[in-house]
Amino acid sequence: MSKAGWIRLVVLAAFFGAVEALCRTGVISPKLVIAPTAMVEAMVKLLGSGELNPDIRQTLSSVGIAMGLSVTGGFALGCVLYWLPPLRRTVDPFLAAYYSLPHFAFYPLLIVIFGLGALPLIVLATLFAMVAMIMATLSGLDRIPRVLIKTARMQRLSLPAEIWHIRLPAAAPHLFSGLKLAVTYSFIGVIAGEFILSTSGLGHQIAYAYDNFDNRTMYGLILLVLCIATAFNLLVFAYERRLARQRGQ
Amino acid sequence: MNAVARLSNVSRIYPPRAGHAAVHALGPLSFELKAGEFFGVVGPSGCGKSTLLDVLAGLSAPSEGTVEFEGKPVAGTVPDGVGVVFQEDASFPWLTVEDNVAFGLRRLGTDPAEIRRRVDFAVGFMGLNDFRRAYPSQLSGGMRQRVCIARTLVLQPRLILLDEPFGALDQQTRLLMGDELLRLWRETSATVVLITHALDEANLLSDRIGVMSARPGRFIDVVETGWPRDRDSRLAERPDFGAVTSRLWSLLRTESMLALGQGAQAAE
Amino acid sequence: MTAVRTLRGPLLLTLTLLVAWQVLHQWAGDTALTAPLPTLEHLWEMIGQKRFLPHLSETGLAFLQALVIAWAGGVGIGVLLGGHRLTGEVAEPILVGLYSLPKITLYPVILLLFGLGMSAKVAFGALHGIIPVALFTMNAVRNVNRTYLRAGRAMRLSPAQTGWHVLIPATLPEIFTGLRIGFSLTLLGTMLGELFASQRGLGFLLMTAIDLNDVQTILAIAVLISLFAVAANSILLAIDKRLHRGAAA
Repeated sequence: MSKAGWIRLVVLAAFFGAVEALCRTGVISPKLVIAPTAMVEAMVKLLGSGELNPDIRQTLSSVGIAMGLSVTGGFALGCVLYWLPPLRRTVDPFLAAYYSLPHFAFYPLLIVIFGLGALPLIVLATLFAMVAMIMATLSGLDRIPRVLIKTARMQRLSLPAEIWHIRLPAAAPHLFSGLKLAVTYSFIGVIAGEFILSTSGLGHQIAYAYDNFDNRTMYGLILLVLCIATAFNLLVFAYERRLARQRGQ
Repeated sequence: MNAVARLSNVSRIYPPRAGHAAVHALGPLSFELKAGEFFGVVGPSGCGKSTLLDVLAGLSAPSEGTVEFEGKPVAGTVPDGVGVVFQEDASFPWLTVEDNVAFGLRRLGTDPAEIRRRVDFAVGFMGLNDFRRAYPSQLSGGMRQRVCIARTLVLQPRLILLDEPFGALDQQTRLLMGDELLRLWRETSATVVLITHALDEANLLSDRIGVMSARPGRFIDVVETGWPRDRDSRLAERPDFGAVTSRLWSLLRTESMLALGQGAQAAE
Repeated sequence: MTAVRTLRGPLLLTLTLLVAWQVLHQWAGDTALTAPLPTLEHLWEMIGQKRFLPHLSETGLAFLQALVIAWAGGVGIGVLLGGHRLTGEVAEPILVGLYSLPKITLYPVILLLFGLGMSAKVAFGALHGIIPVALFTMNAVRNVNRTYLRAGRAMRLSPAQTGWHVLIPATLPEIFTGLRIGFSLTLLGTMLGELFASQRGLGFLLMTAIDLNDVQTILAIAVLISLFAVAANSILLAIDKRLHRGAAA
């Protein structure tokens, strides 16, 4: 590991150690934050008891579906916008402002269209995450060196072959950034929806624990969500690193 | 000798775009490439050298006139048998040297044993044997350009177009790459067109050199060098070598000054 | 002529959205989606009311404070991390990790730490905005072309002159992109903060309207926030593009 890597490890360990010590000695009240080890304990206990399994399953499947839809849909729409510059110029200001729009205001409409349950949340999260993928796709396609496209024509590739063998691999690094953002935004969409508008799922359970001053459950659940999101991101990151190392970036 | 490619009254005009007037980049220009010759193209910067190559390769269609390759018209697509090496690094960063070189043959669905044979030859010929499994990022600029040449070579083109392929390399490497290019040309008996801004390089490598005017680019002269087919960079030691370079420069001097003025106008 | 061309896209987009809205209204009915015209009238009426103003200023104030913290803090952190290589290397993965966490999960923690009210919203908004600003600034400072600095030394510029005439113009375009993204995310964070456990502000009005199923008010507020977000983003995007054009020339 590099020098910076070691220092980072020490800094993180010192930070969590300090929080742990402050919590254990009562300087930080357990009404505010519980000790990191207690959070881990609570998470393990929650997972072991199995009582939240339906919520975990519901949230994760919603996030998974939203992620799949937003990545494929965002990629497809990104390609469409790339091939139609006038359309792209038109929607550009909308895309740039997209993440400050109040998406949750449209939830009642989604309920009317898609009914109660997980479906409107999935739609909400998909719509929320898709634009990140659209923008990543666009910047990936924009940055393909022109000489590679010329090479494709020199090699007399058909359009599908050109896309599959040249455009996609050349745009891959950006597509991966989009994938990572789509994961995060799918989580935000689903969890935020569950916070305010749902009666089940991890987001609802976190809000419920908060309302009942049940800090152990709340922190255990928060840690669980963060662990799942981080694990997925690390997976993508590791694959991305492998690609990047090949390319010497 | 018969003609491999023929350009008749070719010109290329870029249509006006938002706020920019139309640009007459090339021509009208006519010439024939003789089979098996090494043809150099020199000209002031911005004179349409790369446009000429794009039109000749079928990468862009001429606005007027016709382009023929082996007697068949070239219409907006690159014909079979033409290979292009670009100035910019066009190696695929996601493939190893070997896979880069094999790329075109795999797309054509060539028999694997045949792919292996041709890749082995091209990789060996370009001195890349020790780097077969390396990725382009692990190679120097000169090595990457060799990968691109090898990738074109395996397709066994009968006409090879090179657009300042050594533009980004240092002088010593350029000289060595030039020697390799001559060796390649002799052994494949392909016709080669080399675009360059280095007069010495054009002189050393070419049988004939087309000297282009400032934009819109036209040939103001075609200089025959008369060098033996079996030549290399030591040719520069010959007393009559300097005379050809001087001739090229005397042809180009006025045009280059003209191009400098055009550049200043374009920057305004 | 150019004005017509630049305005054509946004106008077309607005028109399309209005038509889509009207069609959706016809299809879904008043209970899900009120028609554009009555909704806009309702919005106009709401803005005129006395009791609306405190909510608007509450949200505006929270957003403004969060934005100042995110921008100033982000640029400060970014300059520090970009200027000192080792610190930057230690901190970058941590920042990237925090950036990709679904921060919504942490909202209950923010509430516990800052209590209900203004400071929690500000903290949550700033938390969203500060990281992208810091990351963009760090990269801008880190990637300053060393030749510019050497040229500055060759011209015998004082450190202050180097900062003002070389460093700032060289880093500004990239930093501004960070500020623009930070703006969007700060607005998102502030709005999310207002949706949960809030007693004042536009987010609170929105939640109340959702609880009451008052579709017209929901949409009126959504339109108001969207208009602000799109307008502000268009201006920032225009400045951003101009700065980058200057940098490229």
